[in-house]
Parts: sequence; C-alpha cells; structure tokens
Amino acid sequence: MAGRFLLIGLALGFLALFLAMPLVVVFSEALSLGLSHYAASIMDPNVGAAIWLTLLIAAISVPANLVFGVIASWCIARFEFAGRNLLITLIDLPFSISPVVAGLLEVLLFGLNGLFGSWLSANNIQIIFAVPGMILATMFVTFPFVAREVIPLAQEQGNDEEEAAATLGASGLQIFWRVSLPKIRWGLLYGVLLCNARAMGEFGAVSVVSGKIFGQTDTMSLAVESLYGSYEIQAAFAVASLLALLAIVTLVLKAALEWRHRDELNAVRRKRTA
Amino acid sequence: MSASLSAPRAQARWRPHSILPGFRPTFIITLIWLGAMVVGPLGVMLWFTAGLGWSGFLAIISQPRVLGDLWVSLWTAFTASALNAVFGLLVAWVLTRYRFPGRRIADAMVDLPFALPTAVAGIALSTLYAPQGWMGALLAPLGLQIAFKPAGIVVAMMFVSLPFIVRTVQPVIDDLEPEQEEAARLMGASALQIFWRVQFPAILPALLTGLTLALARCLGEYGSIIFIAGNKPMVSEILPLLIVSQLDQFDYQGATAIGTLMLAVSFLLLFAINLLQAWVRRRHGG
Repeated sequence: MAGRFLLIGLALGFLALFLAMPLVVVFSEALSLGLSHYAASIMDPNVGAAIWLTLLIAAISVPANLVFGVIASWCIARFEFAGRNLLITLIDLPFSISPVVAGLLEVLLFGLNGLFGSWLSANNIQIIFAVPGMILATMFVTFPFVAREVIPLAQEQGNDEEEAAATLGASGLQIFWRVSLPKIRWGLLYGVLLCNARAMGEFGAVSVVSGKIFGQTDTMSLAVESLYGSYEIQAAFAVASLLALLAIVTLVLKAALEWRHRDELNAVRRKRTA
Repeated sequence: MSASLSAPRAQARWRPHSILPGFRPTFIITLIWLGAMVVGPLGVMLWFTAGLGWSGFLAIISQPRVLGDLWVSLWTAFTASALNAVFGLLVAWVLTRYRFPGRRIADAMVDLPFALPTAVAGIALSTLYAPQGWMGALLAPLGLQIAFKPAGIVVAMMFVSLPFIVRTVQPVIDDLEPEQEEAARLMGASALQIFWRVQFPAILPALLTGLTLALARCLGEYGSIIFIAGNKPMVSEILPLLIVSQLDQFDYQGATAIGTLMLAVSFLLLFAINLLQAWVRRRHGG
C-alpha cells in the first residue's frame, strides 16, 4: 500500500513539475505587468494580424487534411489491395520528419533556386517567404493527423453496414453520407481537433518559409518568437497565453470526446499498439 | 438491386473484389495527393542531394560543425527518450492501475505537449529553467544549470516526447492479464518480482514502440529547443537549427545535404529499433 502511494506521488509530482509548471509560467509571465498591459499586448494590431493569419492557415490546411483523410480512409479501409500498408506508412511519414525539413522541402520546390523557382518568378508568383508557402508547410506537417485516426477506426468497424446498403441499391455517395460518415464521425472530429491544434501552433516548418515580417507574415507562434527575441517578454507571453488557452480548450474537448466515445476512439489506440 | 443480383462481372485486374463503389477514384486521389504533398517533395530533396554527387555530399556532412551538431542531436535525443521511458512508464502505470482523485485531470494533462505549440513550450521552459527562473533558482545552489546548456535540450525534448511513451504503453498495461499476476503471487513472488519477471516483459515491445516515436520526435524537434538551448555550435546546437542557419545564409546545398542526412539517420534508427523489437517479441513470445 505504501508503495502504491509512493508511486502515485512520484508520478503526480513529475507531471506537476514537468507539464503543469510550464503552463503556469505562461500565464504568470503574461499577467506579470497587470491586466491592462496584458490587454494592450493582445490588442496590438500586429498581434491581431498574427491571429488572423494563424486562423487563415488553419482554415485552409485543416479542411484540406479532413477531405484527404476521408478519401484515403475510404480506399484504404474499405478495400483490400496490395500495397495498403505501404500507403499507410507513407501517410505517416511526415511524423518522422523534422518540421524544419518540411519547410526546407517547400523551399526546394518553390524557392528562387527551387524546382519551380524560375517559372514562379517569371510569372510573379511568390510562395516562399509568403503566406502560400506557410500554408503548404503546415499542410505537410499536419498531413497524417486526420487519416491516421480514421483509417484504423474504419478498418475495425468493418464494411458490413456499407455492403448492406450497397446491396439495397444505395449509391456510393449515399452510402458515405448516410452510413459511413455517422460511423466514423467521432474519430473524424478527434483527428480534426488534433490537426487544428498542430496547424495553429506549428512553428518550425512555418518559420523556415515565412518572411518573418511582424504584422504581415507572422503567425502567433512566430510573433511569440519575434517578441521574445526583442526582449518584449511580457508581450511574448501574452500571445503565448492565447495559444496556451487554445491548448487547454483542445485538451478539454479531447478528454470529453474520449470520455463519451471511448469505444470508437480506443479502436484507434488498440490498432496502433497492436 | 440489379448490381447485387446480376452475376459477378469480371473485375479490372487491379480493382479489389468488393461490392462497394468508389475504389478507383479514391485510390487515384489518394495517390496523387500523397505524391504531391509528401512523396514528391521528399523525392525532390533526394534528387537535389544526388545532384551534389557522393563526394559533394560527403564534403558537406563531414564538416566538423555538422558532425558535432549531429552528435549533440543524437545524445540529447537518446538521453531524453531513455529518461522518458522511465518516467513515462511510471506515469502510464500509475494512471492505468490506480484509482485516485484527480486521475482523469492528470490523464488529460499528459497530452499537453501535443496540444501546446512548441514555441510556447520553448519560452516557458526557458523562463522556468533560466538561472533566475523558478526551477533554475532551485537548481542553482546545487551547481546545476539547465537553460542555455545541453541539459536544456534534454529537458525540452523530454517535454515534447513524454506523451508518445505514456500513450503507447497505457493500453498494454490495461490489457495485462490478472491471472498471470495471481499465479505469480500464489507461487510467492514479491510485487517487484512480478513486475520484472511477468509484467515488464509484456510491456517491453510497446515501450520500444513508444521509444521509437519519442526518439523520432526528439531528433526533429525545433521550436521548443531553440529558446532553451545555448545554440553553441557542436556543444548545444541541434541539427535542425543548423539547417535553418544554412537557409538564412542561402546555402541551399548545405541545407539539403543536412536534411537528407537527418532523414537517413532517423530511418536508420527506426529500422534498428524495429529489429530490436522483433527480437524482443520473439524472445518473449509476445
């Protein structure tokens, strides 16, 4: 019994020291100069522009990955064909690639000396050091998020209902909207939640391809860096506190989803550790 | 109705046998999308690297700064993952096996590093562990400095990779069979013996999977590290930061070669751990 309490104490102590404390520091530093300073830091127009750009990037990359996740899960989970596992491995690939390398890839494709560089500059299209490059880099790092939640779920659920619907004469789209989507929706939402957190918080990949102009090509994460770098510590933590709030909301929603739809979401975890 | 009642038609050779529609379009879209977003760009990087030639590639990656930074990245990532294997296993064990007030909050907290943007983690950790910070001031009298030292890299890596270990190990701990435990206890084994002889071997393959994921994340991590590391070349500078500084100097060849090196190193590590895992599974019949 004593051993059990010792273990619980050690684990909770470690979590408090290691995970909770950084979170507390963010808010205490953000509010260190008082509420009015905090409000002023957040109301700064450059910070507003950063928030707007962050939302824009998420608003494009998350739906794109949602659509891809749904399409990929239809072909990978509903059909059996050679090379299925290879496809899953390739979809997971961005997870084992450094975000910095992700940014580098976009530079090699669309930078001035990149593969499409001369064509782009001849046509006056700028991707690198501009918003399109930041969206592409974000899409790369968040690529697996939705697909890897939905594919194992759909695989475990099987095709029985879909096949029954097909036998009764439902069209492909009818089967998808009426049968499959309701089956996978919680897994889908779960993936979107995680994808969104990463898309809004991504730093490394976006930092490589951003022009780093505060107020123009800075996301919230990049604004945190540039404020911190110019010793505006409190302002940096004020922006950071907004991102920390986003993280807390994400965790609460995630825990609620896991609590209410434990069985569906556990399917994903079972598959992954099997 | 007609489709299901008619005799099965001959399928196109590469189309799998199923009455469900939509394989061909979703398969083609998946291939194109995956190719354009992931495989194609990686191929372009390898192609640019091939353009350097073998000697050109070697000349870049054998520079002392590249090798020094590679060493920093490797030892810090291994140290952080190994420490996390211990702490992560402890946390997973406690959260799965015991019931206590606040358990669900603690369990939700484990995912914080997934949800918290790395730049936020970076400045928070750097403030905490700076000599005047809450943790830094505590450790300073002991002669320990974390921030702006290689140890800072380890701390940041531990922060970002903890959930990988906990979340991979948890389901396996949950599935441990009570019968085996009972049998061992009836035969007079102590709790510690039961853990090491019965339970740990069953957890080990999952722990190795978690370790792999953690290691990959640590090696690639950038945002949370650069604020707390000293970023001194060959001492406290990680390889991803070197890529960024090469890009800042418009040295695309250097950045490309180092990017390919990182890719090769992480695949070699993943491959090695997969072999180790296969060996462990065979040995313990898992």
